[in-house]
Amino acid sequence: MKHFINIIADPIFSFPIFSLLFFAMIKWYRVVGTKKFAWIFLAISVPVTVWFLADPQFIKIILWPDNIPINILVILIVFLTWFPLYKAAENDKRLEQGLEPVEALPENREKVWAWPNLVYTELFAIIAGTIFLVVWAIIFKAPLEEPANPTWAPNPAKAPWYFLGLQEMLVYFDPWMAGVVLPGLIVVGLIAIPYLDTNPKGNGYYCFQDRKFAITGFLYGWLVLWIYLIIVGTFLRGPNWTFYGPFEYWDFHKVVAEYNVNLSEFLWLKWLNTSMPKNIFVREALGIALTFAYLIGLPFISLKTKFGKDLLEKVGTMRYYIVIFLVISMGSLPIKMVLRWLFSLKYIVALPEIELNL
Amino acid sequence: MAKQQLNRREFFSFLTVGWVAFTAATAGLLSLAFRFSYPNVNFEPEMEFLAGGPSEFEAGVDERYKNGFGVWMVKQDGKLFALSNICTHLGCIPSWMPAEKKFKCPCHGSGYYMSGINFEGPAPRPLERYKVSLTPEGKIRVDKTKVYRYEKGEWNNPNSFISV
Repeated sequence: MKHFINIIADPIFSFPIFSLLFFAMIKWYRVVGTKKFAWIFLAISVPVTVWFLADPQFIKIILWPDNIPINILVILIVFLTWFPLYKAAENDKRLEQGLEPVEALPENREKVWAWPNLVYTELFAIIAGTIFLVVWAIIFKAPLEEPANPTWAPNPAKAPWYFLGLQEMLVYFDPWMAGVVLPGLIVVGLIAIPYLDTNPKGNGYYCFQDRKFAITGFLYGWLVLWIYLIIVGTFLRGPNWTFYGPFEYWDFHKVVAEYNVNLSEFLWLKWLNTSMPKNIFVREALGIALTFAYLIGLPFISLKTKFGKDLLEKVGTMRYYIVIFLVISMGSLPIKMVLRWLFSLKYIVALPEIELNL
Repeated sequence: MAKQQLNRREFFSFLTVGWVAFTAATAGLLSLAFRFSYPNVNFEPEMEFLAGGPSEFEAGVDERYKNGFGVWMVKQDGKLFALSNICTHLGCIPSWMPAEKKFKCPCHGSGYYMSGINFEGPAPRPLERYKVSLTPEGKIRVDKTKVYRYEKGEWNNPNSFISV
């Protein structure tokens, strides 16, 4: 059983499984968003967690001082994902019956003064937060290491936990893409959301039916492409950034058969059986063409679908292209990951001569 | 008693003294802050060093100069060259794994052969090689200011290796 879990925890399996679970959760959000489901989930997950914790290797990783915040985060994320779904399922049912959302009921529309109601709560939160941090600082020692040395790196070298998703992305991308372009697009995209979202519904109340695309798109990026990658980077990456299952000993010499090949090498050496062309742009022609098709062709192709037509009609031309561009940028990460796993594909466009690799 | 009043001239001299003192204090603080932003000790490795005679090296990877200077001396196929220890992906420091005969980066898992050619993980290009030359005394001088990159076809440059 432990061996089986070690195998399916590998991103090659766990990423599709996690994605499928995510879409199942979205599809059956009315089942997930009930108190009954929450209690059953809790009743199952507690004994499973205890069983996991009984393993010496797993508990060693869990109790590593750097990893404590991520343990807390995982538990919080589970609850904070379930809670809005529960609220949304409740409201969607009311809206279907022609009732107003729970938040619009007279007893919930009552207004109170910021002082003392809000300020007291804030004061209490500050005190509780301070006590929590002080206790934490006393119990868990900061994992300080030796002085920085430019000719030596710890193994594994891990980023702070909140950047481990980015570090995991960097396994599949050039540093320019995963370190600058994609994080930049994430920040710009998040800032742009209020300007792109013209849907007046869902304002001030939880719902899902009225905001299917917005909620699904955001939650996929958040839960699968960010939180999941942080969990993988924290718990399942060991020495040499090699994957290790949750019960697997971190063997420094674990051998992973991995030989990555660029798309241009596939094209010229394998499929056409000739040598690589001298001109670097001819060499990468297929990759460049595919990239342009992906970035420029897809927005026009999606216009042909019902989803694209609806979106264009709702938000207008400019917003449509920005939304689609952000969505396909986000989609490039899972695409690149799957290509790496299936074909050991390194870069679609590989131009190390001019530091451009996609 | 009549109230003592500053005349115009006195007011300006007080103002000048005060303003000069304020500026001096601010400048002093800023210079302290500026000094603080520089490290007291600099651990940067030397850019140029002598790495013994060519006869001191056996075939394979020599790690003697890795921790001090960030350079692996590699002897392979009749060539002795100085390999940079900076990963071409994001600049981490790979480690040499003698059993697997490869360099492996701890940050994102890039792997390189003994020659420095990348073969696994996200590294987009091979490790860089440094300029090596022989001094009149027969010692190897490694000059890290000049790098030779494989993808630009520079590894054939006679300055990038010593024939042994």
